Amino acid sequence: MKIDKSEKRVVGITLALIGLFVFSLLYAKGKYKSDVPECLPYDKAYEEPKINKLDSTTYQVFSVASMWQFQPAEIYVPVGSEVDFYLTSKDVVHGFNIAQKNVNMMAVHGAINKTTVKFNKPGVYDIVCHEYCGVGHQNMRAQVIVNYP
Amino acid sequence: MQVSKSFKRVIFLELAIPVALLTIGIYHGLMQTIYRAGVLHQTSFAKLDYYQGLTLHGVINALVLTTFFAVAFGHVTIAFYFKREPNKKLMWLSFWLMLTGVLMAAGAMLAGKASVLYTFYPPLKAHPLFYLGAALLIIGSWVPLFDWARMYNQWKRFNPETKTPLAVLGTLINFIIWFVCTLAVAYEVLVLLIPWSLGWTDTVNVNLARTLFWFFGHALVYFWLLPAYVMFYTVLPKVAGGKLYSDLAGRVALFLFLLFSIPVGVHHQYSDPTIAQGVKFFHGMLTYGVSIPSFITAFTLAASLEYAGRKRGGKGLFGWMSKLPWFDENRFLFAYFIGGLILFVFGGVTGIINASYSLNTVVHNTAWLPGHFHMTVAGPVFLGIVGMSLYIYSKLSGKKIAMPKLNTIIPYLWVIGMLIFSFGMSWGGLRGEPRRTNLGTSYLNPENPLFRADWVPTTLLALLGGIIMFIAGMLFILNFFATILGKKKNAGELEIPVSEAYHDEKRIPLFDKFKPWLVAMLVIILLAYVPALYNVNKNSGPGAPRFNIDNPVPQTSVKK
Ligand code: HEM
Ligand SMILES: [Cu+2]
Ligand SMILES: [Cu+2]
Repeated sequence: MKIDKSEKRVVGITLALIGLFVFSLLYAKGKYKSDVPECLPYDKAYEEPKINKLDSTTYQVFSVASMWQFQPAEIYVPVGSEVDFYLTSKDVVHGFNIAQKNVNMMAVHGAINKTTVKFNKPGVYDIVCHEYCGVGHQNMRAQVIVNYP
Repeated sequence: MQVSKSFKRVIFLELAIPVALLTIGIYHGLMQTIYRAGVLHQTSFAKLDYYQGLTLHGVINALVLTTFFAVAFGHVTIAFYFKREPNKKLMWLSFWLMLTGVLMAAGAMLAGKASVLYTFYPPLKAHPLFYLGAALLIIGSWVPLFDWARMYNQWKRFNPETKTPLAVLGTLINFIIWFVCTLAVAYEVLVLLIPWSLGWTDTVNVNLARTLFWFFGHALVYFWLLPAYVMFYTVLPKVAGGKLYSDLAGRVALFLFLLFSIPVGVHHQYSDPTIAQGVKFFHGMLTYGVSIPSFITAFTLAASLEYAGRKRGGKGLFGWMSKLPWFDENRFLFAYFIGGLILFVFGGVTGIINASYSLNTVVHNTAWLPGHFHMTVAGPVFLGIVGMSLYIYSKLSGKKIAMPKLNTIIPYLWVIGMLIFSFGMSWGGLRGEPRRTNLGTSYLNPENPLFRADWVPTTLLALLGGIIMFIAGMLFILNFFATILGKKKNAGELEIPVSEAYHDEKRIPLFDKFKPWLVAMLVIILLAYVPALYNVNKNSGPGAPRFNIDNPVPQTSVKK
């Protein structure tokens, strides 16, 4: 099969562009620590909502979604804290979106989701349920309140 | 080509029923933009609840319209290129299975017993008839493939050295993808969900159900898209007044779709638990693989259009564009196709953003997503489907288009509405506006503590676009049924435009047989899905009981 020179060039450029895409993706993932959520094996311990303070700026939040609330509903942390969110659902599928921080997870029955995020600026961050979870879905919201200590 | 009455009747029904249902589908589209913009602060309107309407919208527009059309268009291409009709009994069997399924599911949805959206994620439980209806729709759509495969084999025996017509190749590849991917959703529905919804089993593994659904779900979007691709490769160059730039490009693209349409489904589950990051990343890379045939298509079509424009006397770098038949009543398909392609430029770019692994966390399940896929499924797919339905109907029935001038304007009206709508949705999504949410009762209600002022402009833009799309959609439906009610001008025949190829490459045997590709397809699917299913199995906890949409307490027992 004879391939035209210009066609060969186009194929080369295409491959190079895809390479560039993959590289940027990996670069951003490493540099900005922007990864998709981690998965953990199921463990019943995460079905108990709680906030653990590990040290002055490190927190663990066990967030439990249910129709139609997140528990804990208000999470207070100081500026500069790094928070590990562990997420599960007691019933149907829910979403967990902190849009300002690009936290985006699904809460699924019988499964534990996890992500880590650092809150560098004071403010009130909405956690919005963004998966349809029944008639009360549009009212399902929690907040992270980040203050100076 | 002359065809039998029976053939005509099946095709008419398979084209007209979904267009009639579109009145409900598009009505709810408009309503959703009204609620979401906070014009309505209520949970239901005219006795139909927001989420009930959204379920109808998704099921009718994205499952019923697309499946009925794919089957009808498949019959048309196969019959037209082989100059023989498919088996009548099987055509009717397939039609009745699909229609029965749709009626069952519609009953459940209209009764408010299946407001679970078109993805029906457990453990939200729908009425068993909803699942059964979905299963029948799918099984009915399997039937024709086996008959077409028989016809193809017969044809190939007599024409071993002739290239399979591109349209036939596209139809067969599309239905092979469809058959393989629907096996997973058939398993989900028949084995996991129906017994569970009837109370025969107590719990369901939600993670497994989601993973099986998305094994099907991404390939589903290619099942929507490939009939449009077949039209773009084999019809568009002709109606534009030119030739297909390269025939081989089309074949390569189609076979790449066969390889990559299915083993990418986890890109819909980047935010899910139980699946490891490595598996998600691998599916992300394979998704870039599936973008290659789409780019091949984009450039081949652009070259074909440029050829057409120059042949019609266009000059200069861009001058050829003005010579294309934008508003030609006798080539009205051009308007529908080009409108779809304009939207698809934006649909494709936003799609690559969605696929890009951690970039997905910016947009997943926000309004950005409907913003994206209305420029694919409600763009080239929808415009291709409705334009071609009207074309086939008018040729086959021997009737004239009722409003020919308006008919060339409708697609552009749709495009304008869609660009405004999608801009609003995408912008809102970037500001965190959730999808699948009746925003009007909470976030877009100034009296509610959840009110978000920053979502007012974005939802208003979506509303404006939605109104324009609604008008365009209704005008189409009006024109379609006015054409049906019109007088017969001639006996009617089966006719679709056929494009010649500008580069009609020699037959390459590898690109004219299925076996090696099917084997490769299977291998890639196993590579992609064995690890995913292994993860799900290892990391899942107990299964979930049944939940109704209005009650946090599970249904412990179903009346037995
Ligand atoms: C007048 C035209 C239309 C309007 C105004 C419209 C509007 C909308 C809106 C606002 C949503 C998002 C609702 C939400 O997430 O809360 C939506 C969802 C959707 N639309 Fe449309 N739409 C239209 C036509 C179409 C067409 C023609 C198709 C397909 C052929 C389509 C397919 C879908 C699908 C699949 C969904 C997702 C449903 C779900 O999330 O469960 N739409 N539409
Ligand atoms: Cu929700
Ligand atoms: Cu996909």
